Amino acid sequence: MSGPLAGTAGNTSHMSGALTGTLRPTAPLNREVVARVQDIRKTYQMGALSVQVLHGISIDFFRGDYISIMGPSGCGKSTFMNILGCLDQPTSGKYFLGDEDTSKMADNELSIIRGARLGFIFQSYNLIQQLTVVENIELPLFYQGVPEEESRRIAIDLAMRVGLDTRLDHKPYELSGGQQQRVAIARALSNDPLIILADEPTGNLDSKSGAEILNLFDELHQQGKTLIMVTHSDELAERSERSIRLRDGLVESDERRRT
Amino acid sequence: MNDAALENRRPQGESTGRRQIHAGMSVASWTRLKKTVAVGIKSIYSHGLRSLLTVLGIVIGVAAVIAMLAVSEGASFEAQEQFRALGSNNIIVKSVKPPEAEASASGGFRQPAVVYGLTYQDIETIRLTIPGVTNVIPSRIIKKTVRHLGNTVNTDVVGTTVDYPISRNYNLRQGRFFTEEEVTDQTNVVVLSDEVANALFPVTDPVGDSIRIDGNYYNIIGIMESEAYSNLGQNQAGSSNAAPSRIFIPLSAARHRFGETIMRQTSGGMESETVELHEAIIQTQDQESVEDIGRIIEQILQRRHAKIDYAIDVPMALIRQAEESALRDQIVAGAIAGISLLVGGIGIMNIMLASVTERTREIGIRRALGAKKKDIVMQFLIEAVILSGVGGLIGVVLGVTIPVIISIFWDMTTIVTFGAPLLAFSISALIGVAFGIYPSMRASDMDPVEALRHE
Repeated sequence: MSGPLAGTAGNTSHMSGALTGTLRPTAPLNREVVARVQDIRKTYQMGALSVQVLHGISIDFFRGDYISIMGPSGCGKSTFMNILGCLDQPTSGKYFLGDEDTSKMADNELSIIRGARLGFIFQSYNLIQQLTVVENIELPLFYQGVPEEESRRIAIDLAMRVGLDTRLDHKPYELSGGQQQRVAIARALSNDPLIILADEPTGNLDSKSGAEILNLFDELHQQGKTLIMVTHSDELAERSERSIRLRDGLVESDERRRT
Repeated sequence: MNDAALENRRPQGESTGRRQIHAGMSVASWTRLKKTVAVGIKSIYSHGLRSLLTVLGIVIGVAAVIAMLAVSEGASFEAQEQFRALGSNNIIVKSVKPPEAEASASGGFRQPAVVYGLTYQDIETIRLTIPGVTNVIPSRIIKKTVRHLGNTVNTDVVGTTVDYPISRNYNLRQGRFFTEEEVTDQTNVVVLSDEVANALFPVTDPVGDSIRIDGNYYNIIGIMESEAYSNLGQNQAGSSNAAPSRIFIPLSAARHRFGETIMRQTSGGMESETVELHEAIIQTQDQESVEDIGRIIEQILQRRHAKIDYAIDVPMALIRQAEESALRDQIVAGAIAGISLLVGGIGIMNIMLASVTERTREIGIRRALGAKKKDIVMQFLIEAVILSGVGGLIGVVLGVTIPVIISIFWDMTTIVTFGAPLLAFSISALIGVAFGIYPSMRASDMDPVEALRHE
């Protein structure tokens, strides 16, 4: 991948500034940067009161990273995840996703970026109840105008990968929580995203289903997928490769566990 | 989990990320539309009763327009047919007893004789002075008792000239009408209407036989078609009661046999009425000039008569009036339709707003997965249009059925024109768009983050 993340001439000074951040762990060899946030700040205006939630976060995300983001509630985790998910824009700072700077993008472009570059896994699955398993998995492809035969093929393939081959035409409400979350994972994979964002993916699941989901995450990690997971649980964070802690809108620690 | 399958996805994945971004901009829009419609139908179907109640306004509106237009169209058609039967080139002038004469006669004052109505002089003046008048057919209409053997019938005896049947599109069933010579010679010949013929001659053939009026015998030379076939629905005689039938004798014979004065027994005693002619049909050369000639006739008669003892009917003007009244009906139908469609539209807007609120989460999910604002607008707009379109369709079916039922049970002519259902349906679809826009915009303007957080 080329562009600002590879450090072109125009961006060099800018980049070097960002790269001097003290908490940044060294990049694993031969890993490209798939996403980079630079001095992200976010301020909410609540009437006359303005509340700053993010105070300047800079992180590089490498291809194949398995990252857990932790922090006490109110530390800005959700806001940060929304920005990573291009659902929200930072007040200032830059966010490169692939080779594109998303921080200046209009709503329409953000929609396209979300559909093409990002995969979402939510705590409450967020499947569309009227649609079948396959149709749910197809949804990101549908909004990108992928021909139906192709998207159907990809969706069935993914449904089989997450072990739902017998549930293709079931509706979400006919499935267990674990199964629903697996549909959500398949959906997040359908557009082959640069980053998969998971927000408390096991939060609504019993321990057995949760473990299954985490095994699936491990598997994705082994396949080289880039996973960013928000969690409260140390146990979950243990399984990730890199653990980032936020506190008061800043990066408190950024450690790599298994390299 | 299947590792082989995981491996298979990898190589293809490398390239798709970039390709799909561009695919997202140039959409396979037809497939998408089809799917969006399918989703819309599903969502409407999942709230069957609610959807049905929602579209009821549209259904009633559309059905009402089509049915009302059909009834008004039918009535206007009937009226026009009737007036057309009088002849669209014709002007009909009738003698009318002036109101003051009527009042004094019933007021008990002995008025030995009331003289009123059209005169031979009037007719001559009209015939000779107005260009464009091609023929004038005068008639006298007198109520008489007509006998044959033991059978009697009270009927209008019309004394007229040879062109009467042609001027009225009133055809003979059998035999012939009288000739010029018979009119000049005051011959006692008679042409019966179908009804009178049937009443007097239930078994035998009347042509060649004779009937008796006031002691005089008249030879029957012809029988007219039944009035139902000739569309001569209205009684043209000046008399107040519609006579279902009439017989025709030469005008000269009528004048000679019956005179111009009619004696009548009333509660106050005897009274007499003197009328030269009861009616005249004035034929003009074309439809364009007929209304102008009608006005000229009115001026002439105004000058020649001290009282308004005549009435002028221009069937063409009546046809126009019928058309105008049909137009008025259509405007009323349009207004009613407009109101019920408006109500229907508001119903749809209401339910769409509810649907948007209910599905906030879904909107958030779709936005997160790459749906643009435009996609969300389309989704809800299509749903609104499907709702109103289905309502419109049900309305069209009802609206086409109702006139048929009306025709069967009330024996009215109804005409469903091709345009009415088409127009009503198009409007209903348009209502869907118009009242779907606001809820759709609201859906698309939701903040994805807020929408995802919505319970």
